[in-house]
Amino acid sequence: MKKIQLSKLPQLLSAIAEKTALYLPVDTASGAEYKKYEEGDKLSDACNTNRSAKDFFFPQVENMANFKVEGKKIEVIDIRKETEDFVIFGARACDVRSFDILDRVFLADPVDTFYKNRRQHATIVSLACSVPEETCFCGTFGIDAADPAGDVSAWKTDEEMYFRANTEKGEAFLASLALEDGEEEAVREEQTKIRSILEKLPIQNLPTDHFKAEKLMEHFSDPKWKELYKACLGCGTCTFVCPTCQCFDIRDFDTGNGIQRYRCWDSCMYSDFTQMAADQPRHTQMERFRQRFMHKLVYYPANNEGVFGCVGCGRCLAKCPINMNIVKVIKEIGGDK
Amino acid sequence: MQQVIREKAISLITSGKAARVIGWREGEFFYDQTPEVFTCPEDIEKNFVYNGFSGANLSKYLIKESEKEGVVAVFLKPCDTYSFSQLLKEHRIKRENVWAVGIPCEGKLDIDAIRKMGVKGITSLEENGDEITVKTIYGDKKIARAEALAERCRNCKSRKHVVYDELLGEEGEVLESARFDMVEKLEQMTAEERFAFWQGELSRCIRCNACRNVCPACTCEKCVFDNAASGIENKAPASSFEEQNFHIIRAFHVAGRCTDCGECSRVCPQSIPLHLLNRKFIKDINEFYGEYQAGADPEEKYPLMNFTQGDMEPADAFKKGE
Amino acid sequence: MQIEEKFEPTIVAFCCNWCSYAGADLSGTNRLQYPANVKIIRVPCSCRVNPMFILRAFQRGADGVIICGCHPGDCHYTTGNYYARRRMTLLFSMLDFLGIERERTRLEWVSAAEGAKFAATMNDFVATVTKLGKNRRLEDLRCNK
Repeated sequence: MKKIQLSKLPQLLSAIAEKTALYLPVDTASGAEYKKYEEGDKLSDACNTNRSAKDFFFPQVENMANFKVEGKKIEVIDIRKETEDFVIFGARACDVRSFDILDRVFLADPVDTFYKNRRQHATIVSLACSVPEETCFCGTFGIDAADPAGDVSAWKTDEEMYFRANTEKGEAFLASLALEDGEEEAVREEQTKIRSILEKLPIQNLPTDHFKAEKLMEHFSDPKWKELYKACLGCGTCTFVCPTCQCFDIRDFDTGNGIQRYRCWDSCMYSDFTQMAADQPRHTQMERFRQRFMHKLVYYPANNEGVFGCVGCGRCLAKCPINMNIVKVIKEIGGDK
Repeated sequence: MQQVIREKAISLITSGKAARVIGWREGEFFYDQTPEVFTCPEDIEKNFVYNGFSGANLSKYLIKESEKEGVVAVFLKPCDTYSFSQLLKEHRIKRENVWAVGIPCEGKLDIDAIRKMGVKGITSLEENGDEITVKTIYGDKKIARAEALAERCRNCKSRKHVVYDELLGEEGEVLESARFDMVEKLEQMTAEERFAFWQGELSRCIRCNACRNVCPACTCEKCVFDNAASGIENKAPASSFEEQNFHIIRAFHVAGRCTDCGECSRVCPQSIPLHLLNRKFIKDINEFYGEYQAGADPEEKYPLMNFTQGDMEPADAFKKGE
Repeated sequence: MQIEEKFEPTIVAFCCNWCSYAGADLSGTNRLQYPANVKIIRVPCSCRVNPMFILRAFQRGADGVIICGCHPGDCHYTTGNYYARRRMTLLFSMLDFLGIERERTRLEWVSAAEGAKFAATMNDFVATVTKLGKNRRLEDLRCNK
């Protein structure tokens, strides 16, 4: 266990940024956002950033290759550059868990090398949530906001910040910084404090046992979907703020002097999601709406030893224009209500 | 008021006057209401809410609902009636299938505005006149109601219902508002400053299309931005041009039809002040072609489908401010 | 010694088939000079110009966009240019509001008999845009060579 006085945190951040690119959540007029550290930036106290941390490994738009066409000759230009070391400082427990969920998709065969490279070059310093929000439901998925994962876990108390290395990469990272030795006891105290707050939160422990792979068809044909989706606008907000939504589209942009091949996030809420030359499998908004939640609550766990594809960060609760969200779905589908 | 509205909703259904009622369904918390089509009196009694957080404009749901069989009743706040009226003018709603009930509005609260004051872990809220008490798991906090109001309500343009079948509560007036102040402030900046301002705002866009999909003026069956054949379809903000293009064109497509209901800014997950683009068009139309409020008068000609021989030239529009 | 390359703007001119395009033709037959920077796109009426055409032109490398139509009252379709005038007035004002230099957009009325006006207008517009320099605020970096 290591620690540093909070008053010395700015110097610590500068020291990290001198060696490697450093990203941290900072407060902006429109809420907290991850940003590349510049001298004077302060670590935000907000629980969630507007956009999730998945951008670091799976950015919304990513160029994959350029093509130059001259007559009958096509030249492929390699433009990849996802090999810079970087540090994410202050990721919350939910966002850190989302990396595991994305790993199971992008690092499974066939491995997505864009994603893999970024993962390998990242050091993740997580931060325990001292002031969780009412929209937090990480506990539902077994995430402990008082003990976040990552290469290094950090806790912020009134005067100090404590660090614990969880991996070799984390050990090396802490060793490279000027830190004092810290007391385990102070961290345990902070954890107790956080856990007592978590207990008071209204949706920390939602029942999810009723979602079972063998009941897939039952969930799929639940009549409640028809009720739940009704107000859905079909916008992509929930999918784009979600730390675990991983669908993407690959497109070519004609630049007028060549082709730029890029991939970008897709949303199952959009009418042209999985559109193919012949047709597409989901014609109505109800089917698309159902797809999103079935994916997170049934299909994903069925393929991944029961791990749910949601981390309970609460972003979709805060951002959905019509306030329909996964918590309402969990309570309605297959449950007792 | 909630009780009066609930009773009205129930009586509309039990009397057979309406088959369905569009209202707001209570959420997980006190502030996260979902638009809902109610059909069952018991459900209404239990889950229909109307309070400071019933902000969603329900008029757009009428496009689909009025196509169905039977009459659908809808509860409309004053600013929602402008959208309703505009949709009627555009023949997007089957009027004979709608029973519109006008309801009063004291301005809606913005949970994000409250959160931005540093209030966390919100559990409940009490309104006492000009003051509200927000209860949180970290203790109570008192704030002025005016500060917790949504921007569009702080600059409310009208408390008058322009179209309805019946009215609950008292009719209000068209108000003098300061809604163009921010547009004016921007106009007075230099082009460089304005460019920097909009780059800062638009660069946050994640192209979720929430602004478009919630907009009661955006009712195209297939949006040009979803049409692969248009050449500008995209799912991502792939370059800064894409964001500018999307928002300019979207604002242009609703210019002269936008009633300034403010839904676009309410739903933006990135808090982009999109209403400023719409208000710029409204302000320009007012100044160039005479006062025009979309939705206010069903007979008045839509300014972009109209002209006079003496209309100003584009170059003259710039001379005005100088 | 390095010779500084003179900036040559790309100008897109949307010209109404019935007057301005004929005006451009006339200026050609009269041997009036106007810069080769101007790329003319013929449209059936100034009213045909969709705001998206203008943005697309900027995206694809235009540094200035000019729309030329029949004089008010002379539209081949009676009223098209009146509608175009309102649309362009509002669009140009919006572009200005977003901080795009207002000198990059222009609307001019040029009849089939005004070959000289066409050339003069283009000369003036090219000079104005040359002074402004390259379009940076409404460009798409992907389209740069």
